[in-house]
Amino acid sequence: MSATVRLSVNGQPVEVPAGASVAAAMAHVTLHFRRSVSGTARAPLCGMGVCFECRVNIDGVPHVRACMTPVIEGMQVRTDD
Amino acid sequence: MTERYDILVVGAGPAGLTAARTAAAHGARVGLIDAQAQPGGQVWRHDVRHHAPREARAAISGLGQVELLSQHTVVAVEPSALRVEMPRGASELRYDALVLATGARELLLPFPGWTLPGVTGAGGLQALAKQGWPVAGKRVVIAGSGPLLLAAAATLRAHGAHVLGIYEQAAAASVHAFARQLVHWPAKAMQALGLRTRLAGVPYHFGSFIRGASGDDTLSRVDIEGPRGSQSIECDMLGVGYGLVPNVELAQLLGCALVHQGAHPRVQVDALLRTSVSGIYAAGEAGGIGGLAVARIEGEIAGHMAAGQTQAATALLPMRGKERRFGALLSHHFALDPRLLSLANAQTLICRCEDVTLGELDGFSDARSAKLVTRCGMGACQGRICGTALAELGRFPRNGARPPVFPTRLATLAGLTTFPSSDDY
Repeated sequence: MSATVRLSVNGQPVEVPAGASVAAAMAHVTLHFRRSVSGTARAPLCGMGVCFECRVNIDGVPHVRACMTPVIEGMQVRTDD
Repeated sequence: MTERYDILVVGAGPAGLTAARTAAAHGARVGLIDAQAQPGGQVWRHDVRHHAPREARAAISGLGQVELLSQHTVVAVEPSALRVEMPRGASELRYDALVLATGARELLLPFPGWTLPGVTGAGGLQALAKQGWPVAGKRVVIAGSGPLLLAAAATLRAHGAHVLGIYEQAAAASVHAFARQLVHWPAKAMQALGLRTRLAGVPYHFGSFIRGASGDDTLSRVDIEGPRGSQSIECDMLGVGYGLVPNVELAQLLGCALVHQGAHPRVQVDALLRTSVSGIYAAGEAGGIGGLAVARIEGEIAGHMAAGQTQAATALLPMRGKERRFGALLSHHFALDPRLLSLANAQTLICRCEDVTLGELDGFSDARSAKLVTRCGMGACQGRICGTALAELGRFPRNGARPPVFPTRLATLAGLTTFPSSDDY
């Protein structure tokens, strides 16, 4: 349980415990996961893959739910602004 | 790619884990599908910092010959088959019998400020904390309704959060009457006692609810209405949830009949957990909110039934009856205060995907016409959040499920088994 994984969130390095979600890793950097259609900042709501508020770009793939995605070493995560 | 199973189980929470293990013990080839990376569902969700409870570890390690298909999301159905999507591919899984153990999600009700970053579900915040969300030293308010609030608060505390208080909307008399009934369920009484011990020093308020949340770009303050008036509290995170609603979308797509329990549908099953569709069974929360013990016993019943062992399933019926009565007790004692249904005002966003306000939904009496005109329910969550909230608010019931069950890649629907590289998105 002590192993850690390093990834990048909007270009900023983050280190989190192995098994953490991308959402959890991102929260170390920003609480603004996406901009809504009218431009307001959003962050995870349900924490379990239902609400899609946490969707981000992971390794070039857009609209991936951060709460459903475990971190992988070297992952590149980007929010949409 | 097509893979054949005797029995497929959807959902690797307590019900699905038990169903899969039970069915496999009869010699069936069993696939256990789950969208998460780790088995356990919500109640036994993997925690990056703490060990899972003993029963959870036993259920997971006891899977034996069961093929655990993690990070598999069911997106569409075909005759006797499910189309699933994985992070890097898709496939078709065929079955002779199917067990739906799709669990539940939180009932989230709109109020001014509920879209602010820092506002989450109560179970939602618990799930995020277990995922490694940084909560240590954070000032957290837990609110909403039901015993889940205590479990969420205990997890938050174990992860180092400063839990300022738990705000339960049900009146003190109602919660105390519920607690007295726990004498009939000694295991639950012990669990409740354990939670209260772990939460020593955390105030537990009754007849209290969150009226609004505010902050500059992220949450900084919540307004609370209680029996002795209103107050404001500064905090970093708010976890607020009003109990659970069954996940029925997949069952609906498969043509299984639903029944309404209050404002929300559940999968219709008979005592032996048969749905209205031959060869499809539903276990646990999908068939109505009942809690962990219901999920485990029903998982066992459904596992036997899916393997054609009706006699073994029938022997478990008295246990099921007793545990199911607990669910009725929950909904009775934690019934929602009608004031919670008028927290959202005309400017409050209801559909968070398409930013549709409650005011824009005035005059619509069904989900379909509201969607056609306002786009409400048309976004990525497919109306799971707003549709459920609007049903609870008494505006209109949810739309029927249509494929795909979850947003999916075109390649998945086209039947491609591996996805093109990310450059092609």
